[in-house]
Amino acid sequence: MSMTQQATPAVDTPPAPGPKQSDGRTRQRPLALRLLARPEVGVFLGAVAVLVFFLFAAPPVRDGSSMANILYQSSTIGIMALPVALLMIGGEFDLSAGVAVVTSALTASMLSYQLTMNVWVGVIVALLVSLAIGAFNGWLLVKTGLPSFLVTLGTFLILQGVNLAVTKLVTGNVATDDISDMDGFSQAQKIFASTFEVGGVNVKITVVWWLVFAALATWVLLRTKYGNWIFAVGGNKHSARAVGVPVTFTKISLFMLVGFGAWFVGMHQLFSFNTVQSGEGVGQELIYIAAAVIGGCLLTGGYGSAIGPVFGAFMFGMVQQGIVYAGWNPDWFKAFLGVMLLGAVLINLWVQRTATRR
Amino acid sequence: MTSNETGTHGAVLKDTPPAEDRALVELRGAGKSYGNIRALHGVDLKVFPNRVTCVLGDNGAGKSTLIKIISGLHQHTEGEFLVDGEPVRFSTPREALDKGIATVYQDLAVVPLMPVWRNFFLGSEMTKGPWPVRRLDIEKMKKTADEELRNMGIVLDDMEQPIGTLSGGQRQCVAIARAVYFGARVLILDEPTAALGVKQSGVVLKYIAAAREKGLGVIFITHNPHHAYMVGDHFSVLRLGTMELSASRSEVSLEELTNHMAGGTELASLKHELAQVRGVDVEELPEAGDLTAPVATSSEGKS
Repeated sequence: MSMTQQATPAVDTPPAPGPKQSDGRTRQRPLALRLLARPEVGVFLGAVAVLVFFLFAAPPVRDGSSMANILYQSSTIGIMALPVALLMIGGEFDLSAGVAVVTSALTASMLSYQLTMNVWVGVIVALLVSLAIGAFNGWLLVKTGLPSFLVTLGTFLILQGVNLAVTKLVTGNVATDDISDMDGFSQAQKIFASTFEVGGVNVKITVVWWLVFAALATWVLLRTKYGNWIFAVGGNKHSARAVGVPVTFTKISLFMLVGFGAWFVGMHQLFSFNTVQSGEGVGQELIYIAAAVIGGCLLTGGYGSAIGPVFGAFMFGMVQQGIVYAGWNPDWFKAFLGVMLLGAVLINLWVQRTATRR
Repeated sequence: MTSNETGTHGAVLKDTPPAEDRALVELRGAGKSYGNIRALHGVDLKVFPNRVTCVLGDNGAGKSTLIKIISGLHQHTEGEFLVDGEPVRFSTPREALDKGIATVYQDLAVVPLMPVWRNFFLGSEMTKGPWPVRRLDIEKMKKTADEELRNMGIVLDDMEQPIGTLSGGQRQCVAIARAVYFGARVLILDEPTAALGVKQSGVVLKYIAAAREKGLGVIFITHNPHHAYMVGDHFSVLRLGTMELSASRSEVSLEELTNHMAGGTELASLKHELAQVRGVDVEELPEAGDLTAPVATSSEGKS
């Protein structure tokens, strides 16, 4: 009798704790529990709860136009929360995301105004600048091995300072000049900040972009090689490298994706308000991160979804506007958010434990 | 009982006659120095298809350095390293992988929160469709992963479960199955049984045997001579960076192997030291030369 012959019968009747037990285990797990373990289900229930709550507590919310307003509010957070969430699944986060939005808008605005060029020139250059900031963040992180907190805290401070200083230097003011009468403005406005009507309700174009980007991000995350790599570099960087995943490329491109998001939101702000305040954007990065975390993304990486942050951002928009419609003191907004965030984190923690429990 | 065991293994050797053809991987007097520290020196090792080559050694014996050279993480500084008879010098693990040398590391290179099938294909995903909509071929990957795992005797009914929910032995087996599937000709296993219980070790040993039957050359790194003797065809014992023993199964018994592993003479002197400590019973401990008592764990590990 050889080792092979010993091994063969064991295939039929496994001696090990493995196969049989795992059969029973997966069947025993109730459907509800498995569903809850999905990253986006918890936040979906949360979003529904918040919506129902405000439908009762604040009657104006039931109106179509207020709902459109809430969705608009959510979309401006949501568009940025998507790349931030992907980056978080990839194991990093970006503190410079908030001010990078303003940097992008300032670049486009000042470049086209000062050089009196078509706004599209400014828009394209702003895109390049935003991608370059992302690439720099990622490159520095990969090269030095420093935690993303430190690297992006650095770029956050740099950009914050540069935004103010350069704007004052160029325009002599803290805000940029109005570019609404420049070539290509109305064209760009159509793409980044227009409004269309659905059943008598004015809906902002960003809501559409938000959902399109979310669908795209979901597809990429779950159905492509690149999505697989995102989960892998966030879940275990060293393992990913050992099996041949291009970790450096994945991380840097994720930071550049955040740069793209910052550019898009920046362009929206520019073309809806015509001018940009150089001191804005500070603190927004934490809102994006919070929306991603509430959306079920693990801060330590390797777990999450793109749909979750959509609901996360919706909860933000809902609470922010709902408090106003309910006629309460808006000062409570942040307190409300804090509670939501903590609740989401606790759910995440529980999910991670159940997912890895033997 | 021991003689029965030995007889059994004798039959194995007859079943798979020693492959006289070229070694897949060969080290000739290979060594590695880190600065002025010589971690490995004058090591000869041959890996043949259909054979399990065991590399044994205590902590710090140079086992890790040896596999790092073969897997392409480090380069040798002396001697020769040949793959298919041609001298090579790998600079990345990818190059070793391209030559068909796959390493299953101790940490297994799996991502715990990702599903089994995603882990199985990580870094070598199957795709379908033209570029802008090129996507993962999920059905095919799940099916292939399931088939490959079944071939290795692992039955999982849910390919979607995170690999972190599998037991240590199962994870090890998934890692081995993955290496086999992706065309490994030489499989390096870095202490696959070190962190496992007796039964789980048995499962892993079974898959090592299964990999050998598939025609792979297996390098099995371990510091457990019992595990090594259950599947090994050739044994190399490393000590302080040099080869202390290199013998095929027919030339060495488990007792001798254990003895070499433990560093026979050291053990004997340790016995004399222990004898001077009150309360330590040294009667049961073997002398260097007369290690004759059969070691019971070898048969337990198999069950």
